[in-house]
Amino acid sequence: MPRTVDPAAPAPVHTARLGRELRAVRVLWLREVIRFGRNRLRVAMALVGPLVFLLILGTGLSAVMGGADFRGYLFPGVLFMAVQAPALAVGISIVWDRQSGFLRQMLVAPVRRGALVAGLCLGGATAGTFYGLCVLALAGVVGVPYSPRLVLVVLELALISFTFTAMGVLAAVCIRRIESFQVVINLAMTPLLFLSGAVFPASGLPGWLAVAVQANPMTYAVDAVRRTMPGGTAGLPGDTGPQWWGTTPPLTLELGLVALLAALAVTVASKRFAHTD
Amino acid sequence: MTDDAVVRATGLGKDYGARTAVDGVDLEVAPGQVFGFLGPNGAGKSTTIGMLCTVIRPTRGRAEVAGHDVLRSPDEVRQNIGLLFQESTLDADLTAVENLRFQAELYGLPRRHARTRIDTMLDLVDLADRRDDPVRLFSGGMCRRLEIARGLLHTPKVLFLDEPTTGLDAQTRVAIWEHLHRMREEAGLTVFLTTHHLSEAENCDRIAIIDRGGVVAEGPPAALKAVVGTDLVTLRTGDDQAALRAVRTRFGLDGDVGAEGLRIRAANGAHLVPRLCAELTVPVHSVVVTEPTLDEVFLHHTGRTIREPGPRTAGPAVGSRS
Repeated sequence: MPRTVDPAAPAPVHTARLGRELRAVRVLWLREVIRFGRNRLRVAMALVGPLVFLLILGTGLSAVMGGADFRGYLFPGVLFMAVQAPALAVGISIVWDRQSGFLRQMLVAPVRRGALVAGLCLGGATAGTFYGLCVLALAGVVGVPYSPRLVLVVLELALISFTFTAMGVLAAVCIRRIESFQVVINLAMTPLLFLSGAVFPASGLPGWLAVAVQANPMTYAVDAVRRTMPGGTAGLPGDTGPQWWGTTPPLTLELGLVALLAALAVTVASKRFAHTD
Repeated sequence: MTDDAVVRATGLGKDYGARTAVDGVDLEVAPGQVFGFLGPNGAGKSTTIGMLCTVIRPTRGRAEVAGHDVLRSPDEVRQNIGLLFQESTLDADLTAVENLRFQAELYGLPRRHARTRIDTMLDLVDLADRRDDPVRLFSGGMCRRLEIARGLLHTPKVLFLDEPTTGLDAQTRVAIWEHLHRMREEAGLTVFLTTHHLSEAENCDRIAIIDRGGVVAEGPPAALKAVVGTDLVTLRTGDDQAALRAVRTRFGLDGDVGAEGLRIRAANGAHLVPRLCAELTVPVHSVVVTEPTLDEVFLHHTGRTIREPGPRTAGPAVGSRS
């Protein structure tokens, strides 16, 4: 049977180094997006948790709190919960890829590890931002006006989602067993969430826990979203948000902290990625 | 010939803590060869392949693949090798063609070239009609074929296969080998594979036998078999020890008694059998004559058959490690 292309054809000229790395980033991102798009059930399930928090817990607490609409306060926290779901999913897929060998397949490709990690994180961030958008669509229900400021919120959510995915990737390259990974993530996520001011104002916590709140990077992520949220329903009377020596850190600094955390997680994960053994 | 070796390892070794997984492996593979790396599970095969493929960092020694040092220029090595692991490493959520496209992107193949190349490779492994099916729906053999296509997509000089036919039925195994031989002929590819299937090792041009982290014998299968040279006669008798004494005094042959019965080495086993039966006074239950196989070669060099894991510290029962 005649073939049009000879399998022994001379190796093609490979594109330049940087272009190659960028293509690797893109294809890993694309893989995550394709997988995300094919698993509609997972998408739906991941939205159930945040919506339960917002509509049931939020509505119930609003009733007992009298005046204030607690759902407005809860909204940034619920967005925050929604965008962290893909971090877990990407992390699990890495642990899974390690077990299935797909990870090794990627690691023998002539591509920098940083490019692999960046592609994975961007994939997770895309999925996370999508979840965020789904929840954000409910803004009107909780009394948040649909103002152009929401675009800023989306950008913040994208950053937070990227950071979460980077930390999920970092955890996944350090923890090799899928059971341990799930336990560790679940154990880590609950305190990170409760000590971030996402669900209730952290100002009511005793001193030693307040320190934990200050040290929790998620505190600043939640606070940034809360401060950007239009309509003024996101604050509760008496809640000041995180305080540094009596003043509130600027919004850009808060976001900078989150970005720094992402950079740190990507760097360490890339380093650890190289050591497969 | 040694100058153009496409895979070369010198004193390559790997320690995991205090445990030595690979202990000073020396290897040379000429271009266009099918080179088999034969050994029992845990002998250090996968670790060695991992080091040659830049996935595992060697503790000592050097290795060059396609003329590039695995430690100093890992990217050049990666560009020149294809790799198939023991387990399937396809993305089950993606279709056949998406899996190949993923690989093409990862290896930076020019897009226009990649498209024709993917079609050619799918055609070559007879999966052209299943190109848009998710890999989830593929059988084990189809997955392996797709992985071969993927491993060869970027036109590597060496294809590494770690236990390529594990878990496949005999028919599929033969088909995979046909594909590999075809690739070798059409693309002048060098194939480096590990296996613990002796039948598979016989498909190779040269094999190296590895045991407990070191190469114990190396050469073409026929030459290795010639080293053993003799047939193995295995007897089950009423009293193996008495039979062994009789064989020693009357035939001047040596043997040993093991779990499988009395084993005797003889130049021509078939001729020995009638005389054995006639002259042995103890009842003979069964006689098996085995021509030298790679299993024998393995036994000869390691003192163990490849199937019995055996205690790691057991002394050699037959022959000695050279």
